[in-house]
Amino acid sequence: MPPDVSTPMLELKNLHVAYGQIQAVKGIDIALHTGELVSLIGANGAGKTTTLNAIAGTLPIASGDLIYDGARINNLPAHLRVHRGLALVPEGRGIFTRLTVEENLRMGAYVRHHRSERAQIEIDMQRVFEMLPRVKERLKQVAGTLSGGEQQMLAIGRALLSRPRLLLLDEPSMGLAPLFVEKIFEVVQSIVREGVTVLLVEQNANLALKFSQRAYVMDGGCITLSGTGEALLHDPKVRSAYLGEVNAE
Amino acid sequence: MDELVRIVPYFGTHNPKVARAIVLALILVAPILALGIGPAWVRILDFALLYVMLAVGLNLVVGFAGLLDLGYIAFYAVGAYTWAFLASPHFGVHLPFWIVLPLGAGFAALAGVILGFPVLRLRGDYLAIVTLGFGEIVRIFMNNLNHPINITNGPQGINMLDSLHIFGWDVSRRIVITDSFSINSLLLYYYVFLAFVTLSVILVQRLQVSRIGRAWAAIRDDDLAAKAVGINVRNCKLLAFAMGATFGGVAGGLFGAFQGFVSPESFSLMESIIVLAMVVFGGMGNIGGVIIGALLLSWLPEVLRSYAVPMQTALFGQVLLDPEILRMLVYALALIFMMLLRPSGLMPAHSRYSRPDLVLANKRVGP
Repeated sequence: MPPDVSTPMLELKNLHVAYGQIQAVKGIDIALHTGELVSLIGANGAGKTTTLNAIAGTLPIASGDLIYDGARINNLPAHLRVHRGLALVPEGRGIFTRLTVEENLRMGAYVRHHRSERAQIEIDMQRVFEMLPRVKERLKQVAGTLSGGEQQMLAIGRALLSRPRLLLLDEPSMGLAPLFVEKIFEVVQSIVREGVTVLLVEQNANLALKFSQRAYVMDGGCITLSGTGEALLHDPKVRSAYLGEVNAE
Repeated sequence: MDELVRIVPYFGTHNPKVARAIVLALILVAPILALGIGPAWVRILDFALLYVMLAVGLNLVVGFAGLLDLGYIAFYAVGAYTWAFLASPHFGVHLPFWIVLPLGAGFAALAGVILGFPVLRLRGDYLAIVTLGFGEIVRIFMNNLNHPINITNGPQGINMLDSLHIFGWDVSRRIVITDSFSINSLLLYYYVFLAFVTLSVILVQRLQVSRIGRAWAAIRDDDLAAKAVGINVRNCKLLAFAMGATFGGVAGGLFGAFQGFVSPESFSLMESIIVLAMVVFGGMGNIGGVIIGALLLSWLPEVLRSYAVPMQTALFGQVLLDPEILRMLVYALALIFMMLLRPSGLMPAHSRYSRPDLVLANKRVGP
């Protein structure tokens, strides 16, 4: 399905986010269309995670607009955004360490508490198991005992159980073994194939650009570059700044 | 209940039915046995039950929702003073228990929300400090609200509180069957308290596996992730404070009725810490553990108190250690050894926040 270009699913207009006096995000514009995989790359402290948290509602917006599905959601509390199909996988995984893996997954379906949803939740659980076989093997285990990669898988699986239409992934590859990093990206791709729009924040610019249709580069709270993943991958500025390539000159 | 059953030696693991019967029999017969030693021991049992109720309520806040509350006794005070205001000659009001007790619970819940709002953003140490302050504020209010208008009667406390009347039955009056045989009122209070405790425990158990209970567990483990799965963290925290406080309020009302007298002295910081110690000692988050913790820590010091003095006079000819000091020593030692040997309490909490019939891991998954 080609991305729908007419009306963006999510739009950030001149968005500012501040921690007290410190401006972390200084007026950025981002647009996401249904079915896209878009990544947001940049160095540490560029404001990527802040941007994601503002979209998810866990941080307040200083000024600017956040438009989701044609509605302004600037002041919508975080938990109500989940009800509207906007799910965040927080940085550092953020799983419930003292609950079992299964309980963690079911927490993902917390917003779908109506009785009529029960059957569908079971179907979705099976779908998550197919996508993440490692998670299924460890259902009874307490989540805190999983390895880093498994915890990340669990966090993604949990987010999927809220039936998101837009998934916000914050550094899913952080601190993981290379083998797991690749697996995570494969999982992200299969999520996109199922029609979920994904906004991905990544330090691993190389992989992120390879997999994404479009990308934004953030630096010092501003968007400095944007374009297709392919184009940015070959952009000399990106290559020198984020892909660790030393300039010839 | 199942947690209590499991700790019965031998039968707990081999024959749960027998173990269950033993636990039940012990609970029912305990006060009669205690009466055999002396009525003071039944009184101690009655207080132990009040402590169980407090510990179960505090466990909801600390164990389930992970909010460290060092001022919990304030809600006990609110419940007790509600009873004192509305059922004593102090204001000349004598409302029946089924109005006063729910009112006390309601006021305590309100106090819980009042405390909850300012501390919503706090965690850990900071939360502990603010709740500690709150507990002290309530006590100091009780202590000083005797002028310009006398509301609480200050440090003297309020006397001659009405006893518990349930549908016209005065619990504090012994039931005389024959001239030589009567049922002690302390015994009656025990069974009344037991009914309240049983109700509380059932309620808390149901809460733990409910949607709210799971939300609390999520907030306890990770605040941000809880928000990310769509939990209204603010309301859930307030609810935890309010519901925990409700149990404190009910226990407070019963305390007032039982004791017949309330004064600010009963609601010191030490009491908050003792209840917290019971929760930690028994196992935060494990209801059975918390019950055992409360029973042990309210019984042990009394046992010591009654044996320490005669033993010291017998051994040294004088009392070297005041029983009150000894009590603190026992608490301290109990907690230190607990932290060393069983850091998560006598009976550690296990994750179990789902109704067993809904757990996939209990069924065969897939074809």
